[in-house]
Amino acid sequence: MEAAAATIVTGFVLGGMYALVAIGLTLQYGVARIMNLAYGEFVVAAAFAALWLFTSLGVSPLLGLVLVMPLAFLANWALYRVFLTPLVRRAPDAGALETDSILATFGLLFVVQGVMLAIFGGAYQSYSYLSVPVQVLGATITANRLVALAFAAVIGGGLWFLLAHTRMGTAVRAVAVNPAAAPLVGIDMARTAALAFAVGGAVVAAGGVLVSTFLTFNAAMGMVFTMKALVVVIMGGVGNLMGCLVAGLLLGLTETLVASFVDPGLTLAATYGLFLLVLILRPAGLFGVAAR
Amino acid sequence: MSNAALGLSLLALAALAALPFLDTGFWLALAINVAQYAVLATAWAMFSGPTRYVSLATAAFFGIGAYTVAVLGEALPWPLVLLVAGVIGAVMSLLVGFATLRLSGVYFVVFTFGLAELVRQLVTWFEVNVTRSMGRYVFVEISQAQILWQLLALFGALLALGTWLARSRLGFALRVIGEDETVARHVGIDTARAKVALFALSSVFMALVGAVMAPRWTYLDPAIAFNPSISFTVLIMALLGGTRSLLGPLLGVVPLAMLFEVLTARFPNHFSILVGVVFLLVVYALPQGVSGLLARLRRGAVA
Amino acid sequence: MSAALGTDPSPLLRVEGLRRAFGGLVAVDGLSFSIRPGEILGLLGPNGSGKTTALNLISGVLAPDAGRVVLEGREVAGLPAHRLSRLGIARTFQLVRVLPGLSLEENVVAGLAFGRDPAWGTEARARAAALLERVGLGGRAAQPASVLTYGDQKRLELARALALSPRLLLLDEWLAGLNPTELRGGIDLIASLRDEGCTVLMVEHVMDAIRALADRCVVMNAGRSIAEGPPAEVLAERAVIQAYLGEDDA
Repeated sequence: MEAAAATIVTGFVLGGMYALVAIGLTLQYGVARIMNLAYGEFVVAAAFAALWLFTSLGVSPLLGLVLVMPLAFLANWALYRVFLTPLVRRAPDAGALETDSILATFGLLFVVQGVMLAIFGGAYQSYSYLSVPVQVLGATITANRLVALAFAAVIGGGLWFLLAHTRMGTAVRAVAVNPAAAPLVGIDMARTAALAFAVGGAVVAAGGVLVSTFLTFNAAMGMVFTMKALVVVIMGGVGNLMGCLVAGLLLGLTETLVASFVDPGLTLAATYGLFLLVLILRPAGLFGVAAR
Repeated sequence: MSNAALGLSLLALAALAALPFLDTGFWLALAINVAQYAVLATAWAMFSGPTRYVSLATAAFFGIGAYTVAVLGEALPWPLVLLVAGVIGAVMSLLVGFATLRLSGVYFVVFTFGLAELVRQLVTWFEVNVTRSMGRYVFVEISQAQILWQLLALFGALLALGTWLARSRLGFALRVIGEDETVARHVGIDTARAKVALFALSSVFMALVGAVMAPRWTYLDPAIAFNPSISFTVLIMALLGGTRSLLGPLLGVVPLAMLFEVLTARFPNHFSILVGVVFLLVVYALPQGVSGLLARLRRGAVA
Repeated sequence: MSAALGTDPSPLLRVEGLRRAFGGLVAVDGLSFSIRPGEILGLLGPNGSGKTTALNLISGVLAPDAGRVVLEGREVAGLPAHRLSRLGIARTFQLVRVLPGLSLEENVVAGLAFGRDPAWGTEARARAAALLERVGLGGRAAQPASVLTYGDQKRLELARALALSPRLLLLDEWLAGLNPTELRGGIDLIASLRDEGCTVLMVEHVMDAIRALADRCVVMNAGRSIAEGPPAEVLAERAVIQAYLGEDDA
């Protein structure tokens, strides 16, 4: 009973992280139409940044968030403007942009991964922050997981509020729903796409920092994060934040259950299993918004 | 490709088969390397060129072929080992194809993106829990010369298949799908089946290359067999060469195989960064590949 | 059901209670009509009334939520587009779709190679040449489709649809956007198809063409059929005028 409770709470925390990371991706893919395969690399990069801030400068990861998020916002904004805008300009249609962005970010993946390998090496890293046990719902977990979950909830909730209640947020949602019609109502597509891409990048960096407080990570792990985020986005329906949340939690729980009761070596298989189920049963996502 | 061009290509391959009698060191090793990528990149382009579905799973098929040899190499005669590797590759591609190819291209990309890692984890899990042996020694009596000959034979077979395909109804169906999938469906093409069929053909060749190459390693474990950089290398070679003609990918394979040989030797620690940069240069500067560029230049000269 | 059959002894296509919703929007809502062999049926209605969705349901782009589509006595609702094409339902598209990277001949061969009466090789080339001739593109087989004018693209698309040897031809605003000369040629072309016994369902806004070509019309509004009959009568009906003009307290 104790083990089951711990598994569920751990799965919930992990799922919350997946949801947060996937929310960033759904903004980049759903609004900016960039299929970013280097996405997981940025999760890992943010984790390394938090590690470095904590071990070298003694900056707590929570304070690190305040530093890393704006930095990631700027970096992703520049990335979109300099690196991806040429692709957007030359693409004759959405399909061509999708293919081009897949190829470009696939190349980027290896560059970013190579840079991290060169700086940090290939070894698994972790650091100890707030790793004191606490009791939650009859389960014992470390405090850092709870803090990470709380911050993920705050960031996700804040983002939802901005999207739902601000002018810019409305523009972003409009582009996600109908990119063809958005310019007709005076929305600056290029600016909205860059903004969505940058906000997505900031969210993913937050995910990376939070994950680093309780998971061990290494420079080669990015692809698995990307894979999971993509599956969550497809499950939840592209551009659907609520879908991301539900699908993320579902994936986190499934994975933790498989890891605890079947075999930790089969977590990716669990991800694929869920993905296959979605493809066969509900290819348009759990909430019926088709992926483009 | 015309019959004459195919004949010439096959003759050239036959001539290359004499190489092991001239040199058994550096040049043979280089030839094997080029030949392996020639088959992989051409097989990749055969599916991804006309359909425009970007497959990131080359390493998964290559790896499953190689690992089949590691497991069965001693137990079965060599032709049978190759047959099994091909069949496993085909079955795996059919599973992936039927799950994803009736849907939009994104599902396929996502599915193939993690496929090598998935298969690696599954094989690892199987070895740890069922056979209780991680890593295997490859004991098969196959010489380097024989590896080259098999690769050349595979490449010849692939060119013949490609030539046939270009004239067949299946090949034409794929061109129509590449032009406009909606139209394809409305002229009676079962688009999912055509794509799955071609994906399976292309994947069988990749699995066979993995099997043929396996004896080059004396020791194999899942991490070696399912090295994701193969997917990446093959992709960039095919893109550089261009996927519009059968021999297009070869234009990317030859220079890049040599370049990568130099890069691995001189910058072993920064290889991934350098290859990534080369990749980005190709995507940005040559979206149609070298063969596309040549076609454009030719058209320019005519006009 | 037998009552419906009774009014129309042997329809080529019978649509019954067809319904399709997108989220909360019901695009086609209980649509029923039938087409007799050899007739041209005009499907009319204001923008957004569900005409194109109806064509998409009949040609297999979309699957209906409810209702039946019966082709020569066989239930075909929900079959994928490629199966329907092979059963003899051919179509053109509202936004013309040629295969720009292929030659004119290859565009038509695409319709010949996989259809109901498939042809390949020399036979296909000969039939393609005849079909190109038929739509007024004779002698241009080797040209790439990308160089065609808008009107010629429409002709090529029709040749591709005819290549399927269709039992039923669906034309989605095939005459829209043509200049007056092209329009006259287009109307003559469709008339000649009827004379050969081809059955046509045409969605059209060009009323002159409807008057000249259609034997009967079905008028849709808000996903339903609001009138049915010969063009002259139907177009004079009050409900139809109201639907088009979006009038008062209707």
